[in-house]
Amino acid sequence: MASGNGDGLAISCRGLKKLYPDVKAVDGLDLAVRSGECFGLLGPNGAGKTTTIEILEGLTPADGGEVEVLGLNWSRNARELRERIGISLQETQLNEKLTVNETLRLFRSFYKNGPRPSQLLHDMSLEEKRDARVGKLSGGQKQRLAVACALAGDPDILFLDEPTTGLDPQSRLQLWEVVARFRAKGGTVLLTTHYMDEAQRLCDRIAIIDHGHLIALGTPPELIARLEAANIIEFTSDPPLDSEAFCEVNGFHGCSRRGDGWQLRVDSLAAAVPQLIRSVEENGAKLRTLTTHEATLEDLFVSLTGRELRDA
Amino acid sequence: MPDAGSDRVRPAIIELTSTRLKEFVRESEAMFWVFGFPLLLTLLLGFAFRERPPDRIPVGIVVGPSSAATLQALGKSPALLPRLYSEADGGEALRRGKISLLVEPGPQPVYHFDPTRPDARTARVEADDALQSAAGRRNVIAARDEPVREQGARYIDFLVPGLLGMNLMGTGMWGMGFTIANARMRKLLKRLIATPMRKSDYLIAQFLSRLLFLIIEMIVVVGFAWIVFGVSVHGSLLLFAFVCLLGGTAFAAIGLLVASRARTQEGVSGLMNLVMMPMWLCSGVFFSYERFPDAARPFIRVLPLTALNDALRGVMNEAMTIGQVMPQLVNLALWTAVAYVAGLRMFRWQ
Repeated sequence: MASGNGDGLAISCRGLKKLYPDVKAVDGLDLAVRSGECFGLLGPNGAGKTTTIEILEGLTPADGGEVEVLGLNWSRNARELRERIGISLQETQLNEKLTVNETLRLFRSFYKNGPRPSQLLHDMSLEEKRDARVGKLSGGQKQRLAVACALAGDPDILFLDEPTTGLDPQSRLQLWEVVARFRAKGGTVLLTTHYMDEAQRLCDRIAIIDHGHLIALGTPPELIARLEAANIIEFTSDPPLDSEAFCEVNGFHGCSRRGDGWQLRVDSLAAAVPQLIRSVEENGAKLRTLTTHEATLEDLFVSLTGRELRDA
Repeated sequence: MPDAGSDRVRPAIIELTSTRLKEFVRESEAMFWVFGFPLLLTLLLGFAFRERPPDRIPVGIVVGPSSAATLQALGKSPALLPRLYSEADGGEALRRGKISLLVEPGPQPVYHFDPTRPDARTARVEADDALQSAAGRRNVIAARDEPVREQGARYIDFLVPGLLGMNLMGTGMWGMGFTIANARMRKLLKRLIATPMRKSDYLIAQFLSRLLFLIIEMIVVVGFAWIVFGVSVHGSLLLFAFVCLLGGTAFAAIGLLVASRARTQEGVSGLMNLVMMPMWLCSGVFFSYERFPDAARPFIRVLPLTALNDALRGVMNEAMTIGQVMPQLVNLALWTAVAYVAGLRMFRWQ
């Protein structure tokens, strides 16, 4: 697969803007996706992920900024670009009256080059469903068919908008395998998701987006390292305490409010938890709940925005 | 269209057309509206208005000394259905419209009737004629009746082209409009333009599949009317097929225009009905639009369904030539061109 251009970028945009009457969906976004990498746009619903990916896909015109895909430009090279990218939209409902095979043949017929429909069926583990109507497929099968349609033109870049939203765990795993196989052949993937585990597991690099802004960019380990803390403690107490009560615990890096309790970012649980319990008691309060986990992207999002990713 | 298990992918326009046809055939409701409904309508209306001897007009005779002779005299008239009434009942029956004429028999009979009702006037003339003949009147001149029984003059002959026109309108507009609005709503149009598919291929495939179905529709409706009611095409079959094709294309183009921006099924349904309803009523599907006031007729003639129905009736019933239906053909061609260009300009893919 040919990489985009000399600088090894498959997709790049600078100063991307999209304004809707009531909201700035994308507000001056710069992104650079390298050839062959899997790049994730992570953010809560309404962060501007879909608008961003649809501008990059040439489906939504931007109000400002520049976009380059495979070194080409949507205003001049749209047709060539359409041949070289594959897209799975967030909520396309393929024609339910057609069979899986008919759908694949239809999509394959739009492209000059690409795998045979039977090859796509095989790659997507849809062979058994070859003659089943699309309307009879499960959510996971429909999503695999949608990705199969995206691969019908043997693309250099695969765009996936929320590919596993609403899928059961097994279907998600199957889809992740498809992405891994595509990448093994040198393909570039740009996906949006609001699942941290998906981003963490699939993506080489992640851009965290909120309100149309880029708020963090890096590999998953880099991003988590930004928390400067390996572990997270969440607790509630009765009565609730001020942060002075526990900011002295060993390896403390920061805290933020979580409902009527607190989230603490710390180095080591073994050092911090006993101290925390002691300080709570010393402040005349009673510990109600206490949970701990390893730091994730979710925690980074919370520390950056003060809100949770999923229901932000 | 069998897949034959092959991996061979045909050109996009053929795949688009064949998937559109499959999608349609697999939609059983659509199949009913396209084929079942017009046949049912033809059958029902054909039987409801089938050929019968003209109805006899009910008339009443007031019971009295000479009512028996009057009853016998009126019974001889093929146009009248006489019955005896008491004076009070007869007056009541006349007021309620159960009878059109009430006769008071006697040497100088009296006719009670409403002269504004045509059947009452007919009954008056027929009854008087029957009584005068019974009393011994001789006709001064001998006239002979020659009933008209021309081909293509029955109601069913009038009806079938109208139903065909209506069907071409309905299927053309729904077939194009609803499919496109639906595909837009389901983001399928957006998905399609995310591929290198040519937009024109998509629209041409929609038209092609419409035209293929139109041919089947035409054969089914006309064949059915021919077998069941003996309705036939008196003019050129080729011209007839051309009129159908042009009409179907015009309504497909109008369907495209109606669906060019609609975002919801409700929106497109409402718009469709708004466009089609006036034509159902005015364009001479079930009765001639000559019944509308003179001032309204020029507007009615501009409607595409009026042009299509006139052309279909002309070719089917009066064996008109292409020259004779040219005004209608031009009308349909103009509607096609205007709707298509406007529809494409306004068309929204997402």
